[in-house]
Amino acid sequence: MAKITIPFGPQHPALKEPENFMLVLEGEQISGSTINLGYNHRGMEKAAESRTYIQNLYLIERVCGICSHSHTTTYITNVEELAKAEVPQRALAIRTLIAELERVHSHLLWLGVAGYEMGFETLFMYTWRDREQVLDCLELLSGNRVHYSINTIGGVRRDVSAEQKAEVLKRIKFLEGRTQYYIKLALEEPTIAARTADVGRLPPEVALERGAVGPTARASGIARDVRKDEPYLLYDKLDFKLITHNTNDVFGRLVVRALELVESYKMINQVINNLPEGPISVKVPMKIAPGEAVNHYEAPRGEDIHYLKSNGTDKPERLKVRAPTMANLQSVSYMLEGGWLADVPLVIAAIDPCMSCTDRAAVWDQKKGKMAVYGWEELRKLGIEHYKHRGIDFSKL
Amino acid sequence: MIKPARVFGEVMRHLFKKPATCAYPFEKAKITERFRGRIDFDSPKCIGCQMCVRVCPAKAIEIKLSAEQPPAPVQAEGQPPVPAKRKFDCFMHLDHCVYCAQCVETCPKDALIMTQDFELAHTSRAALTRHYK
Ligand code: SF4
Ligand code: SF4
Repeated sequence: MAKITIPFGPQHPALKEPENFMLVLEGEQISGSTINLGYNHRGMEKAAESRTYIQNLYLIERVCGICSHSHTTTYITNVEELAKAEVPQRALAIRTLIAELERVHSHLLWLGVAGYEMGFETLFMYTWRDREQVLDCLELLSGNRVHYSINTIGGVRRDVSAEQKAEVLKRIKFLEGRTQYYIKLALEEPTIAARTADVGRLPPEVALERGAVGPTARASGIARDVRKDEPYLLYDKLDFKLITHNTNDVFGRLVVRALELVESYKMINQVINNLPEGPISVKVPMKIAPGEAVNHYEAPRGEDIHYLKSNGTDKPERLKVRAPTMANLQSVSYMLEGGWLADVPLVIAAIDPCMSCTDRAAVWDQKKGKMAVYGWEELRKLGIEHYKHRGIDFSKL
Repeated sequence: MIKPARVFGEVMRHLFKKPATCAYPFEKAKITERFRGRIDFDSPKCIGCQMCVRVCPAKAIEIKLSAEQPPAPVQAEGQPPVPAKRKFDCFMHLDHCVYCAQCVETCPKDALIMTQDFELAHTSRAALTRHYK
């Protein structure tokens, strides 16, 4: 059969985020795919270099709307490590609480998106309505639904009162009941089984080879979770299970996320019931001691890595973010191959992609098929050439 | 274990439920007390230290000397003259602000106040810069 290549995206490929997938089709079946990144590059890492550490907090929060707490916590852990700040236990507990609430909100959102992609819109409506409960919890604790801004360098900005604890516990209890229903639905409803079983297969060896992270890896039976492997915040004191599944397909990813919700509720209960007393923040000077730090964090979508280099001023010298979607995209091209065109949106949505957090800097020369790393001089030259084409000459500067 | 129409009972139950949404703008939206809305300014408290301007991540605040300054207090007899307290105005660019309330936390004199005001959309761009006197 003749092969044809069709572009999928950058306008609305499965989700409302710009990314391009070139699919090679033989009839309805996909025989190859290439992923093109870079439609959403916002220059955040560069912008971070010209802002102070405290201003960067609000910039980094906007790397991703859904993992806003994940990114700031990873960033701030780096800053605090360099500043050698002793963060109070209560602050760490509040960060853990927000982190787990964020995971609940992200996983419920994903469950809705998955329902939508498989044509099961009832599920989408139900989960998104229930997700309002956790968003209300976040609004109650932090003030806002999406950009919580609860972190500050040296601790957290807002304390948790007794009434808030009771309110959060009440809502979590309601969500526990709903989640049990969704788990039952996922396991027994024929629509879900028919649409997700054996779709987007990712065997464990391939997942390892391509560096899959988060629920995508765990659904291929790989027990990998930063919260267990290298506990941060309070995770070493919490009792929770690492969820894996061995069906290696979209169904597995659904089950892993649904069961992780239950673990998150457990953790939220533990943190709220054993909130340590004490101050919620310590003072950290504006200028951070020179040095380098790397930290990772289990964001709802997988491992998030931040690198920070300080030169002793109040602004970072370099900040590098590796968001989980970046790690999972390699696996997507494998999952698509051999599958059907109609499954593409579902397979892409199954890694819970967040393109805007992924797009930072990757230079891929398609004609030569080579990856290139640009140094400062080359970037400068490229910039000057680019502007020359547009009639502005910067070469004398 | 596949059971067809698992969701059917739930769907039927939902037919008799109240909608989960509210009829905003006819009904007032519920806002929590910690919500970070428009930042307000209390001019008599401000000492013009510019700390809020320096900390703002979005370059949304400007603090400028007011056009009209209060007169210097009357000099008491036998006392050295007391300098007049300078008065400051605040220009808040609502279109730049990201509503993080970091300025409120930084201000040493509590001259900036966080409000729960969120209905800030406007048809003219100029109206988005508020001049607090
Ligand atoms: S709320 Fe944040 S962005 Fe707005 S003026 Fe204050 S510091 Fe600037
Ligand atoms: S508002 Fe506060 S921080 Fe800003 S200049 Fe006035 S006193 Fe200083």
